[in-house]
Amino acid sequence: MDRLLNVMTVLSLGLIVSILMSVRRSHIRVEYSVSWLGAAIVLLVLSQSRGFLEWLAVALGLPDAPLALVILGLTVFLVVFYRFSVIISSLKDANIALTQRVAILEFQLRTMHEGK
Amino acid sequence: MTEAQKAGGVLILIPALNEEASVGGVVHEVRAAMPHAAILVADDASSDATRTVALEAGADVLTLPAHLGLGGCVQAGYKLAFELGFEYVIRVDGDGQHDARDIPRILDTLRSTGCQMVIGSRFCEGGQNGHTSMARAVGITVFRLLLRPILGKSVYDPTSGFVGVSREALGVFSRSFPLEYPEIEALVVLQRRRFRFVEVPCQMRPRRHGRSTITALKSFSYLVHVLLGVFVNILKLEGRRWLGLRKA
Repeated sequence: MDRLLNVMTVLSLGLIVSILMSVRRSHIRVEYSVSWLGAAIVLLVLSQSRGFLEWLAVALGLPDAPLALVILGLTVFLVVFYRFSVIISSLKDANIALTQRVAILEFQLRTMHEGK
Repeated sequence: MTEAQKAGGVLILIPALNEEASVGGVVHEVRAAMPHAAILVADDASSDATRTVALEAGADVLTLPAHLGLGGCVQAGYKLAFELGFEYVIRVDGDGQHDARDIPRILDTLRSTGCQMVIGSRFCEGGQNGHTSMARAVGITVFRLLLRPILGKSVYDPTSGFVGVSREALGVFSRSFPLEYPEIEALVVLQRRRFRFVEVPCQMRPRRHGRSTITALKSFSYLVHVLLGVFVNILKLEGRRWLGLRKA
């Protein structure tokens, strides 16, 4: 149990550092780093909350506290993935609208130049 | 595309992706069948000479700077047609499967019935089907059964891309149009707005060049995608109605 929690702590810290580095290098925009940082911090806190995990395992009827940590971790990342799916969908809609508008404007410009 | 063609006129919309081998012939056929109509090839960022061939054949070309897929490409054409004031748009595939001689029948039906959409159908009485794969035939049967209760009437050829729409439908599709595999979802979108559609018999020929984008492997994905899209469209509109009732 302790080893798993320690590994989770190290992974969470690694995730936080890599996200901050990515933001610094402009690989990830600040607004999109918030979800990942939130998820990493939640995992970091959970990995240091042995008592809470044991309580949660009992409450959920799970045989082991580490299983509660795994389930919570998966849930946190599912929420992050969902949020990014929403963002990607919104970006795709904007991309489509922009692409169509560029094509239409280019068509109308060409028509004007040709004097049709 | 002249001003006379635009005002209250008819636009023949030909969505095309890498159809350099067939699009020129399609444009010539359409010109022969509809000498006074405007012809617009919507080029979905083809990597071949589709645009050049279409221009040389005498069509106007709407060139998308990035590949959007069939729905996005058709919607771009619908948006342009709506903004230019066209009254009717008839969509013809760029692969040569649709017989341009059927276009006047679709247009006459649009005008005489006042329906917002007319579908050129291979499977209604009088229609001719050049070639339909087994997977596609099964899919069409499933969609027919599914759509019957949703639309309140039978639709024989729900996947047909040979479609004419009126300005009313054009306005709706300019704002909202399904992006992938749009034909079936478009029917639901129109039905939910209490628009009407009819089918007229048409002839479908085998592709002259290239291969269909719907392969056997994609058929299952197509089925799931369309089913999901249909139900999402129903939920969307039911949700709006429910919210409207709450506001009232």
